[in-house]
Amino acid sequence: MAAAVGELVGSGLYKTYRAKGQAPTAVLADCSFRFEAGKLSVVMGTSGCGKSTLAYILAGYQRPDRGTLTMDGAPVAAAGSDRLLVFQETALWPWMTVEENVLFGPVSRGSSRQAARPKAAELLDRFGLGDFKDKYPTQLSGGMMRRAELAQALVNNPKVMILDEPFRGLDVMTRELMQEYYLKLFEDTHLSTVFITAELEEALFLADRIYIMSDAPSRIVKIIDVDLPRPREIAVTVTRRYAELEQEALDALYAGRELEAL
Amino acid sequence: MQEQASAIAVDPVAGPTTATAAPAASVHAPRRRKMTFNWRGLVSIAVFFLAWELAVRLRLPGFHELPGPITVARVLVQDFLYSPGYWESWAISFKRVLLGFLFAQILGVPLGLLLGTSRRFNAIVFPVFEMMRPIPPLAWVPLSILFWPTNEASIVFITFIGAFFIITINVYDGVKAIKKEHLWLASSLGAPRLTVFRRIIIPAVIPSIAVGMTLGIAVTWNVVIAAEMIASDSGLGRLTWEGYVSSTLPVVFVGMISIGVAGALSTWVVDVIEWRMMPWKRR
Repeated sequence: MAAAVGELVGSGLYKTYRAKGQAPTAVLADCSFRFEAGKLSVVMGTSGCGKSTLAYILAGYQRPDRGTLTMDGAPVAAAGSDRLLVFQETALWPWMTVEENVLFGPVSRGSSRQAARPKAAELLDRFGLGDFKDKYPTQLSGGMMRRAELAQALVNNPKVMILDEPFRGLDVMTRELMQEYYLKLFEDTHLSTVFITAELEEALFLADRIYIMSDAPSRIVKIIDVDLPRPREIAVTVTRRYAELEQEALDALYAGRELEAL
Repeated sequence: MQEQASAIAVDPVAGPTTATAAPAASVHAPRRRKMTFNWRGLVSIAVFFLAWELAVRLRLPGFHELPGPITVARVLVQDFLYSPGYWESWAISFKRVLLGFLFAQILGVPLGLLLGTSRRFNAIVFPVFEMMRPIPPLAWVPLSILFWPTNEASIVFITFIGAFFIITINVYDGVKAIKKEHLWLASSLGAPRLTVFRRIIIPAVIPSIAVGMTLGIAVTWNVVIAAEMIASDSGLGRLTWEGYVSSTLPVVFVGMISIGVAGALSTWVVDVIEWRMMPWKRR
């Protein structure tokens, strides 16, 4: 495998939303991090802490008010197919079939349908969607939609995948299967991944490293190296090391929080 | 049980089970619609006509001048169904509705798209648009007659006004309601602006165009009938009005029924077009 690419480094990022007629909301303040190439970095924080804003900035959809963001040393200026975001809610285009959704990226960048089709088919087969390529997204289950979105992103050979609470809203069983699924994908490819979640179990199960965000205006307040062995299986969640890491993370999450705020 | 079946289909690691996913998923895919005949509806329609006939025969208050359904049916068959003049009225009203509706689409859809996509265009045009929108179509009748060289043009114009604002505002709202994720994703994937417009914005707006069409076709029939009564010597609206003026009340009923049927036919055609426009909404 080639040298890992897709290192995202943010330093001193600030973001404040200013909506007309409302008090400005500071979402990020002095947020700094280094998401290493070839690693699965998990960003954790409570809901409403600015995780999605961070995801939008990483993907290039929003610009920070201050601070710098670089990928492999080059500044991130706009959205691009080398950094792809899987959104919290499905962003599959409902008017395109699953295959058309996957082909959209390559075709938009000038490839012919014929040339792009084999790779799309290969990814769809791999994700168990081969028989569903001519279906429309609304005809798929929640888990299938998530997998279609992974195929839609991966067909473009991104350097980084950013997943913003991707498995939220799935039922417990599907969710666990999807976690195992993404884990296997990552362990096979070591594709640089920034995985955003509010669930500690998910974070511990997947992460090489967990970045804990404070409440808004947020920054990274704690980094936990998850040294659980790979390849991981669900059994890892009953080991003693897992319990220790869980406690460490919980302490960090509750640190500095007033009791009355709970 | 069904929950489990679809969950297994999701299992990525156990590759072969995806083969069983297809039948498992298709179990609840086709929506089973029971096509049972609504005999109650038939009974209540029969009761409606019976009550009408009885009310006329018993000379209930308000009914003593009105014809019963049997008289209306006889007049319809004897004097109208085989009369070319009657079908001409149909053709003329349909032509007016169609022209007004088509012009409203041709101008309203692009205008709505422009209002939604160009901030500058919106800033210039939208205030004028909003100033004109509350004026009811029929308030345009006198001005329209003065402005357009022929009566026909002025009626088509009033019909156009009826649908135009509704269609435009629906398309505009449709553009504004496009999910930002849908646009962001396209820009991430490197799509040029024209591709985004053609493959994301237009299809995203189609459901709103459909809503505009459904509302628009209903309004155009409303407007064309009123405009014909006021300002025309032809069409189904005029036919109904003449029945009233000449005190031949069965003709009024024939006119009303014809207009109802014409409106229902147009709505049905629009529904078929909408169904064809949105293959992804079919089940």
